[in-house]
Amino acid sequence: MRIDPKKCVACANCVPVCPMGAIAVSPALQRAVVDTDACVECFTCYRGMSKEHMNPTFVRAVRRLAKLARFRFDPEPDVCPTDAITPEELVWPRIVRRAFSDPQVPHESTGIHGRGTAEVKTNDVTGRVKAGEAGFVIEFGRPGVGTRFRDVERMTTALAALPVAFEPMNPVTTLMSDVQRGTIRPDILGEKVLSVIVEIKVPLDRVPAVLACVRDVSRKLDTVVAVGVSTRCDPEGAEPLRAMLEREGLPAYRGKTNLGLGRVTVTGAQVPAASGERHP
Amino acid sequence: MTNTLHRYSDHYAREPGDEARPVTDDFIVFAMATKGVNDDDLVRKYRSFLEIALRHDPVNVGDATHGGWLRPQKDLTPLNHWKREHRPDPDAVLRGIDGPTTVAAVFDTFEKMRAFVEDLAKADLGVSINIAAPMDAAHRCCREAGITRHSVEYSVGFKGRVEKLPDARTLELSTMCGHGMVSASFARKMQDWVKENRRTPAEAAAYLARFCSCGVFNTKRAERLLEESRAGSVAAGERSRRDGG
Repeated sequence: MRIDPKKCVACANCVPVCPMGAIAVSPALQRAVVDTDACVECFTCYRGMSKEHMNPTFVRAVRRLAKLARFRFDPEPDVCPTDAITPEELVWPRIVRRAFSDPQVPHESTGIHGRGTAEVKTNDVTGRVKAGEAGFVIEFGRPGVGTRFRDVERMTTALAALPVAFEPMNPVTTLMSDVQRGTIRPDILGEKVLSVIVEIKVPLDRVPAVLACVRDVSRKLDTVVAVGVSTRCDPEGAEPLRAMLEREGLPAYRGKTNLGLGRVTVTGAQVPAASGERHP
Repeated sequence: MTNTLHRYSDHYAREPGDEARPVTDDFIVFAMATKGVNDDDLVRKYRSFLEIALRHDPVNVGDATHGGWLRPQKDLTPLNHWKREHRPDPDAVLRGIDGPTTVAAVFDTFEKMRAFVEDLAKADLGVSINIAAPMDAAHRCCREAGITRHSVEYSVGFKGRVEKLPDARTLELSTMCGHGMVSASFARKMQDWVKENRRTPAEAAAYLARFCSCGVFNTKRAERLLEESRAGSVAAGERSRRDGG
């Protein structure tokens, strides 16, 4: 992302809206500038800000006059008055930043928007996490910190050694150079993104071991890690995971509940044998 | 898209067993199809989901490709500084559904969510339906609606460099856009503007909601948090004045 210096009037409205804090007004240039190393191409500034299309010369003149009189500005805080925020054409490997940061871009590997993961949100038709199994969604960088793939790889290699099964239909797994070892292709390790979700699956009795590994590796990373754990309920809707998490001293207050209302509606659809069944 | 899993509340800052105030004004229901399994006639299914939701007085609805019912405005004139339109536009959400995405509705009471879920079960859209909320509330909703839950996913909080996270109230505001589009800095700015009496909590919540790119930002919860932030400071200031401080 860049801010067009011909249009920018240094109003600074874009500065606080950047989730990565990558925008600042340069005192020398009197224009807003983007730290391209910190920018994750999330498009929040470009898409999220409302726009006026005012003449920059006129706006600068008005702002200079107001500044002379030390007027307190009270403009709309989410508006770019001159439409100065301009996307740039992204090439590999930088394009990875947008793929993992702009939720309105679907991931090529999964076709899913957001972070490109289905988790247990569609478990009622995919059967991804079965009875007796636990699915983990281990997210790096969110909220508001960002992460580089180098840190993600520290976790994936540690997890691979446990061992665990990486979800094949996950954007990070598709970028691994060696899924058995959990290594990620080297040309993207330095790229910074808003967030990355690693998905793994283990037998339920391995949950404490995975949690211990995540806790241990997280301390060595330069980012935050948000963890979600899922499982399949029994025919009465009960599940053993909550008690397990509470025994680990973890909060289990909030989460997602798949209601089991999904079903196959496409004629001839191929779904895994363990999926699709609805509780009576 | 773990966009609704890690909405922060005090429960994630306390020791297990330590009581935190329950979240009673934030319940999300969303629909997601699976390619090749139940994604036929998808536009109709998603529009039906939203139409049913709109009958139950949601505080936001949206889809992951176009946003919620408060969206950025791309052709403003300078008059907007005096007369800005902050009314939600649910029709824009309905019209915008054009293919694969996820759709969501946010409610500020348990009763509205339950009534919506009951209607959804009757509608039998065939796509996967999830609740993102306190787990006990979701479980109770299922029981009362006669639904046996299929799978659960728990948020167990944040690890690693948690010192990089903002303060609790800012985190509670910014994580209502789980995609991270509502920045902590902007959430702090809106808290300050409300405290400075430059904007009302409702206006500040609307500014924040426009950045959420899928419509799961809860403007009612945001209003409450912004009002609590102001009320706390005002009450403390008035108390100090009364006490001669």
